[in-house]
Amino acid sequence: MGQTFAEKILAKKAGVKKVQPGEIVEVTPDVALSHDNSAAIYGIFKRMGGDRVFNPKMHAIILDHAAPAPTTKHAENHYQIRQFVGDQEIPHFYDVGRGICHQVLVEEGLALPGELVLGSDSHTPHAGVMGAFAAGIGRSEMASIWALGNLWLRVPETLKIVVDGQLIDGVTSKDLALHVIGNLGADGALYMSVEWHGDGVEALDIAERAVLPNMTAEMGAKNSYIPPDQKVFDYLKERAKRPYEPILSDPDAQCAMVKEYDATKIEPMIACPHTVDNVKPLSEIAGTHVDQAFLGTCTNGRLEDLAMAAEVLTGRQLAKSTRMIVIPASAEVYREALLAGYIEIFLNAGAVVESPGCGPCMGNHMGVPAVGEVTISSANRNFRGRMGTKESEIYLANPQVVAASAVAGEIIHPKDLL
Amino acid sequence: MSTNTVIKGRVWKYGDNVNTDVIFPGKYTYTVSDPAEMPQYALEDHDPNFAEQVQPFDIIVAGTNWGCGSSREQAVTCLKESGLGAIVAKSFARIYYRNCLNAALPALISPDAVDAIQDGETIEINLQRGEIHCSAGTFTFPPLPETVMKIFEAGGLIPYTHQRLKDQKEG
Ligand code: SF4
Repeated sequence: MGQTFAEKILAKKAGVKKVQPGEIVEVTPDVALSHDNSAAIYGIFKRMGGDRVFNPKMHAIILDHAAPAPTTKHAENHYQIRQFVGDQEIPHFYDVGRGICHQVLVEEGLALPGELVLGSDSHTPHAGVMGAFAAGIGRSEMASIWALGNLWLRVPETLKIVVDGQLIDGVTSKDLALHVIGNLGADGALYMSVEWHGDGVEALDIAERAVLPNMTAEMGAKNSYIPPDQKVFDYLKERAKRPYEPILSDPDAQCAMVKEYDATKIEPMIACPHTVDNVKPLSEIAGTHVDQAFLGTCTNGRLEDLAMAAEVLTGRQLAKSTRMIVIPASAEVYREALLAGYIEIFLNAGAVVESPGCGPCMGNHMGVPAVGEVTISSANRNFRGRMGTKESEIYLANPQVVAASAVAGEIIHPKDLL
Repeated sequence: MSTNTVIKGRVWKYGDNVNTDVIFPGKYTYTVSDPAEMPQYALEDHDPNFAEQVQPFDIIVAGTNWGCGSSREQAVTCLKESGLGAIVAKSFARIYYRNCLNAALPALISPDAVDAIQDGETIEINLQRGEIHCSAGTFTFPPLPETVMKIFEAGGLIPYTHQRLKDQKEG
């Protein structure tokens, strides 16, 4: 009997031959990811009696959640983190402006095939796009890793998702992710390791693939994995910070659940307020008024996403009643978008382009909605109050739909634009 | 309170998808911060008798997805502080599960046991052996490995890490 990805990698990391779902193992991560919460974690670390971190090279610290700092309090927080990073001689530190932690981790070649990434952020599973085992943990747990270098993990059951066929024109991996979440529900992958298989997944480029593990956190998954292939190895050629050994799951591994989807049948989908699994086909809610369109985040703020939106916005203007915020997911994305001419297209259309980071995704700054306003967003979460006020609504969509809706002032598919 | 390897207590049986909002209502999350005050609100919106009648080492037996919803740690703390001995469930919400074990509250997964155990009966759990004894017989769960047992014995993750660091420095 073959083994799942989760079983293989956790057995390897625990230094044993085989593990079973439900078993608990003690493991040392290759990467310990934290962001603006690093100062709070440092506080717990000191309460634990911590002095020097276990291994400075294990850390990836990226300032992104409120960056550049919107208030003095946020600035003080960043200041403390810079002090900590300097004192502990942590090499993989990325200051404000470098980008969103999950995107930067991938770009910097810090999340590698066959590696274990633990992060104190719920979207840590994103790094599964590189074939890593990546899971979110709590702050005390992160502090404990800083101190001891290891943490216990429960070996998860596996949900295998097989996507056959290819997405049709105008449908993106965001629609696929929303379709799956709407189908399985917010606890559909509870505690599970999700594996994405099938030619529908293989056909996607890295940027499109990344949306899948990024969004599986919204189904309760522990981690999410796409088997690394030549596209991943090519991407990492100039980037990988270390040599790596990919781990592939066995085709005959025993999975707790297998779900199959036909990519050719998927249409543009929207997650409606106030839960990510409240998913409806775009056709059902077209015409809903929007005040603000937000293109960015670790979910859909990459070059390919900006390209899709730029295509829609070329030669067009935003609706009078609608504003649009564009935030590239990283400095690298920003630079390439600039060279490709996308930034100019956004500015010509009347959009505002801001510096890389999370921006208003969590309601921190740089474009939060007013009471009663409606936002259409390329992000991954639309919980009540997520963008600041509880009295506003968030619809989640793919980048083309976000751009088209900004032009129309209402939710619309690009092909229906005049 | 240190965690015994044998836990014997009365069963409080609940269903599926009991969320953190009914285990520890959101309205108290910013007003009640002293752990000692939390037990009086435990399960307030789900079983009003629980907080009044729970005895040390009692055991909650629940269906699937116990503790879903928000990640608030108080939903574990209020039960731990009330003296609860363990939670046996068909499944746990992931963050709730980790919060339990890191707070030294045994969270055990045994779907068969959950189906067999009756509300109100007294059952016995042997953590080391991975066994649950109830009127319907004996059921097993994967025994908790040494690491997690050690976190229990230390009283949770923070004291555990504190102790291990100290041992390393002295050793
Ligand atoms: S962009 Fe949003 S979802 Fe992504 S890491 Fe930042 S706050 Fe979290």
